[in-house]
Amino acid sequence: MPIPNTITRTVDLPHPQEKIWSAVTTLDGLTGWFGSQADGVIAPGEDVVVRWEQYDNGQRTLAIKVVDPMSVFAYCWGISGAPAGDPRRTYVEFALEPTAAGTRLTVTESGFAQLPEEWLESSYQGNVQGWGVELEELVAYLDAG
Amino acid sequence: MPADPEAVSAGVFVALADPNRRAILTSLAEHGPSTATDLAGRLSITRQGVAKHLRLLADAGLATSGTGSGRRVLFRHRTEPIRVAQSYLAALAADWDGSLERLSAFLDQGES
Repeated sequence: MPIPNTITRTVDLPHPQEKIWSAVTTLDGLTGWFGSQADGVIAPGEDVVVRWEQYDNGQRTLAIKVVDPMSVFAYCWGISGAPAGDPRRTYVEFALEPTAAGTRLTVTESGFAQLPEEWLESSYQGNVQGWGVELEELVAYLDAG
Repeated sequence: MPADPEAVSAGVFVALADPNRRAILTSLAEHGPSTATDLAGRLSITRQGVAKHLRLLADAGLATSGTGSGRRVLFRHRTEPIRVAQSYLAALAADWDGSLERLSAFLDQGES
């Protein structure tokens, strides 16, 4: 089984679209169900920081990409568990559409299987050739001092 | 180098499934670049055993060798395959079911 690049969930909710839109795209809404605290501005190009008390106050930064009222909210965030500075991001999209009984919400997170080739290749090769040299240089520098 | 995240991840999981290879990687992470002799002494594995596992780790992209001062051959671990495996684990750990349950409960709460 290949790594799932995209995770999709669709739920039919008995609530009106406006209510779900508000839960997903306001700081109060996000604080109510997603994390324990959300700070920032929910607009394209802005960042929102969400904190989770239940996970040791871990926090993740949502780089807001799309705020298309009542229909699409999307952001990018880092790979959970990856060290700071890891350049990879997954793309999360909440899509709403009205149904006879309420609203259909589809959440899609994609980008898990991305392999940043240039990053991987360059750090592979860079590390292989670089680390010995760097340590040698450090030793030489310390010796010289 | 296979540029396939599944293959890279599989290599990591296979490498980590063996207790001796896990011990070698852990020791490299903990103590930094080491010679095969250092590792053998630290881990009570024969030098031949260490060499065999280091070859397998190198094949999986998880270890690399270089020459330190005094021409000693040092091995160090590589983190890139681990990071690829980490994104695999992130896919398995993404808890959208839990989040959507909480969203649903939150929406119900607002009903009077």
